[in-house]
Amino acid sequence: MNIKNSKVLQVENLSVSYKTRKGWIQAVQNVSFDLSYGETLGIVGESGCGKSTVAFAIVNFLGPNGKVTSGSIKFEGKELVGLSRRELNRLRGNRISMVYQDPMAALNPILRIGDQLMEVLTYHRNFSKREAYEHCIDMLKRVHMPDPEAVMKRYPHQLSGGQQQRVVIAMAMLNNPALLIMDEPTTALDVTVEAAVLDLVEELKSEFGTSIIFITHNLGVVARVSDSICVMYAGEIVERGHVGQIFENPAHPYTRGLLRCVPLLGTSKSSTVLRPIRGRVPPPERRLPSMCIFADRCGHRENQCVDKKPNLREIDPGHEVRCFKGERFLYISLRDRRSAQKVRRIGSSTCAEKEKPLLDIRKLRVYYTQKMRIGVKHIVRAVDNVSVQVNPGCTLGIVGESGCGKSTLLKAIIGLEKVRDGKIFFQDKELDTLVVHRPLDIIKEIQMVFQNPDSTLNPAYPVGKQIERPLKRFKTVPRKRVREEALRLLRAVRLGQDYYHRYPRQLSGGEKQRVGIARALASRPSLILCDEPVSALDVSVQAAVLNLLMEIQNKFGTTFVFIAHDLSVVRYISDYVAVMYLGQIMEAGPTQRIYEPPYHPYTEALLSAVPIPDPDISQRRIRLEGNVPSAMNPPSGCRFHTRCPRRHLLPDGGKICQEKAPEEHVIDKNHTIYCHLPIETLLELDPVVEMKTS
Amino acid sequence: MGDVSQLNEYEYIEGKERKSLLSKSLRPFALIFSSRTATVGFAIVSFWIIVSVFAPFLTPYSPTYQDWKAPNQGPSWNHPLGTDELGRDLWARLIYGARIVLVIFPVSSGLWLPGGTALWGVAMALLVGSTLGLISGYKGGWIDEIVMRLLDAMISIPVILLYLLLVAALGASAVNVVIAIAIVGAPGIARLVRGLTLDIKTRDYIRAAETRGESSLYIMFVEILPNTKGPIIIDAMLRVGYAVFAMGTLGFLGLGLPPPSPDWGSMVAKGREFILAGAPWAALWPSVAIASLVVGLNLLADGLREELTRYQ
Repeated sequence: MNIKNSKVLQVENLSVSYKTRKGWIQAVQNVSFDLSYGETLGIVGESGCGKSTVAFAIVNFLGPNGKVTSGSIKFEGKELVGLSRRELNRLRGNRISMVYQDPMAALNPILRIGDQLMEVLTYHRNFSKREAYEHCIDMLKRVHMPDPEAVMKRYPHQLSGGQQQRVVIAMAMLNNPALLIMDEPTTALDVTVEAAVLDLVEELKSEFGTSIIFITHNLGVVARVSDSICVMYAGEIVERGHVGQIFENPAHPYTRGLLRCVPLLGTSKSSTVLRPIRGRVPPPERRLPSMCIFADRCGHRENQCVDKKPNLREIDPGHEVRCFKGERFLYISLRDRRSAQKVRRIGSSTCAEKEKPLLDIRKLRVYYTQKMRIGVKHIVRAVDNVSVQVNPGCTLGIVGESGCGKSTLLKAIIGLEKVRDGKIFFQDKELDTLVVHRPLDIIKEIQMVFQNPDSTLNPAYPVGKQIERPLKRFKTVPRKRVREEALRLLRAVRLGQDYYHRYPRQLSGGEKQRVGIARALASRPSLILCDEPVSALDVSVQAAVLNLLMEIQNKFGTTFVFIAHDLSVVRYISDYVAVMYLGQIMEAGPTQRIYEPPYHPYTEALLSAVPIPDPDISQRRIRLEGNVPSAMNPPSGCRFHTRCPRRHLLPDGGKICQEKAPEEHVIDKNHTIYCHLPIETLLELDPVVEMKTS
Repeated sequence: MGDVSQLNEYEYIEGKERKSLLSKSLRPFALIFSSRTATVGFAIVSFWIIVSVFAPFLTPYSPTYQDWKAPNQGPSWNHPLGTDELGRDLWARLIYGARIVLVIFPVSSGLWLPGGTALWGVAMALLVGSTLGLISGYKGGWIDEIVMRLLDAMISIPVILLYLLLVAALGASAVNVVIAIAIVGAPGIARLVRGLTLDIKTRDYIRAAETRGESSLYIMFVEILPNTKGPIIIDAMLRVGYAVFAMGTLGFLGLGLPPPSPDWGSMVAKGREFILAGAPWAALWPSVAIASLVVGLNLLADGLREELTRYQ
C-alpha cells in the first residue's frame, strides 16, 4: 500500500449543502479530519448534526439535492470532490465500502444472498463464478455465519436482522476495502445481536487492517469500537481526540453534556440524576456563523461565546476542541458530577411496600393465530404464563429482546389484545374485556405512552386539541375549565403556553413525546404504560423525558409499567424489573437485585451485551448463540435452553432443561429466578459489570 | 455586552413563532407557484373559472339567442368566436357551458346550486368513496372483503359503458349526471382512501384513541380522515378533469343536459355536421375548451403532487 502517505482519508474544510424549498441549507460546515490505515474513527452526535451527511459526501451519495460546496476529500492522496460518477463508482466498489443502518434495505429482496455477494466480485474484480463462490463462502465463515452454503441459497427475508447485517458486512469486506464506512450499523439490532456485531467489527479490524469510520449516536457503542472520536454538533466538529481523552477528560460542554445524560448501567435513580442538555439542536437556518454554535444551549456561556466563533484548537496533544474554555474543563472530572454526593432534585421514590398491588397479573396467556395457508393456522404464543404484580407508586421495568412479548403484555393490560387465559386484576377489579367494552372509569385509570414520537400525535390537529380530547371525554374537569387544564398539563410536562396552538410537525421529537405524556396524564390515571418511550429519542432528550416521568411519579404517585430494551434506562427508572424471553418471565425482582448475582443466565448475557460509555467499567463477555427462536413453536422445557450459555453447569449437561419448564426459585423476598441451576451455582457467578478500582 | 441578552431574545422569538391567518391561507398558493407545471395548470383552470363566473358580463348575448341572419359564421367583431348553425353566439355558449361545468349546478328548472355539475359529481364521489374506503380499511376482515369485491366488480365495467348505462337508465338531467359521476368515481376514491387508512391505522395516535375507548366512527372520521387530505385533494383534481370529460362524452352522445342549454358535448355533436361544410368553429371551440380544462386540471394535480413529494 501507499507508504509515503500514511493517511487513508483526509477531509479538509468540508461543507455540504442541501437544496430545499427554502433554498440552499448548509448541513455540514468546515469539517476536517483524517484517518490512518487501520484506524477506527467514531463520529458521534445527536440526530441532525450532519454525521451521515459527512459519510454520504465521502462516497458522493448526497442525492440530487445535495452538494459539496467547499473543501476537499482526499482518499489515498486522490481528490474525490469533483470526480466523475464513473470513476467514483469504480473506487466505491473497489476501495471504499459502506454499511447502512437498515440491513433489509441494503440487500435486494429478490436476489439470493449468494448472487448478491458474488456479483461484487464478478463485477468489480472480474472473478470467475467458481472463484467468487469460494471467496464468498470464505467471507461468510469469517463473519461467523453458521452454515454459509445454505445461507448463499437463501433470500434476505429468510435471515434474521443480525444475520442480514453480517451478510452486509461480509459484502462490504469482500473487496478488502481500504475504507469501510459504517452508518449506525447496530442501531436497528437488539443488544445481544449488537454486541456480537461489534465483536465482529473489532475482529475484522485486527484481521484486515481496514480503516473504519463508525457513525453512531450511541456513546457506549462508539467507546467500544473506536480509536479516536469526532463529536459533531450542528454540522461542525466540536471535539476530536482519542477515546480515552474524550471519555475521561471531555473538554467541550456538549460532549460533557452528552456523557452526563446517559444513564450508566451502574446507576439507579436513587444515586444519580441525569442532566439533560436544555434546548435542541438548532435547525440549519438558525446556525449563526458569527457565534459559538452551542452557545444557546451551553451552561457556561460567556459574552465572548456570542461575540465570536471559537476555532477548533489543540488543548492537549491530539485533543482538539472548539470552545474558548476548553482547558478549564479538561481537568474537571465528570465522575464527581455523576456521583451520589449531588443532592437529588427529585425526592425519593414513592414506591413502598403495600399490602395490595395495584396491578396483579396471574398466569396470563395471550396467543395470536396466524393464518399460513387456507385451513392451516399457527398459534403464536406471544405471552405465555406470565405472572407479575405492581404496587401503587412503583415502576415496573420490563426488558427483553424484540419479539419477547413485552408489547403484547401491555396491549393485554390496556385491552387492545384478547386474553387467552389467566387473569388481570386492576384495583381489585378483573379486566377481562377489550377496551371498547370497559366502563369509562376503568379506561381513564390506565393510559399509555408510545414509542415513536413521530406517530404518537395526530398531525392534523394542534397540540392543545389533542390534550383536550381526553379531558372532554373523561370529564376530568368541567367544560369551562378544559382549556385551563390543558395549559396546566403543558406546564406539567415543561412546555410553554404557546405550544397550545402548535402543530406536531413544528415540534421536535422530545417535545412530541412530552405532549404524548401530557395527553396520557389528562385523565389523571393511576397506571401509565410506557412502551419504549425514550428509545427513539436522542440521548439529551431521553434524559429530560426520563426525569419528567420520575417527577410525575413523585407528584401524582402514578404507577408505571415501563418497557425498554436498554437495560441502563430500565435500571435508572425502575423499582422492580422483569426480564422476559419468548413470552415468559425469566427473572423478576427489585432492580438492585436483578443487576447483581445471582443472575438468570439470560439476564447475565443481556447485561454483558450493553455497551457502556465509561472506560472505567469492565464487562465480562458472554455472547448468546443463534437467534431468538420463533414463538410459533417455542423450545420445550426451559425456553432459553437452546441458547443458554450456562447449561453445561448442570451435571448431565442440562438434559432437564429440554424436558421440564423450570420451577420458580424465590431467592429473596420478591426476587424470583426461573432456572434449573441451583441457587448456589448462580450465586458463585461473578458480577458482569464491575468498576475498575483505580 | 448586550449580546447574551440578545441571544435570549433569539430563543424567545423561536418560541413565539406563529403564523397569521393570512399567511396560512396563502400557503397553498405558494406551493402551486413553486412548481411551473402547477402554475400553468392553475392559470388554465382559473381562466375557465373566472370566465364562467363573470359570463353575463363578458358577452352581450344570451346562449340561447338565435340570430337567423348569421348562421355558421367564423369569428368576427360581432361574434368573437363565430356562430353555430342556428346563429347562436359560440363565445356565449362556450362560457355559459363552462358555468354548468364549474360554477352552477342546475338541480331543476327553477333551482340551481353553486358549484358546477362536475364539482358536485366529484364531491359526491368523495363522500361515498371515502366513507366506503374508511370503513373497509379500518374495519378490515369480511367487511373489507365484501366492500372491495363489490367495488372491484364496478371498476371492471368500462367507464363509458357505465356512464351510458346509468344515464340511459336514470334519464338525461344534471342531477343524473352528478349521480353517474359519483357512482363511477367512488370505487377509485374508496381504493385510495382504504390504502391510506391501512397505513394510518397502524400509527400510535390511533392506538392512543383506541385506548381512550373512542368509537370506530370517531376514529375513522376525526382521527384518520383529516390525514388523508393531501392525496385526496390531488386525486379529486384529477377526477374533476375526468368528470369534465365524461360530461363532454355524455353530451356528445345526446345524454347530457337537455337542449337548448349550452353543453360542450352537444355543441361538438351538432357542430360536427358542419365541419366539412366550411364551418368548423362550432365543433372546434368546445373541443378546445374540454381539452384545455382537462389538461389544466391534470397539470395542476401533477405539479402539486411533485412539489409535495420533492423534498421528502
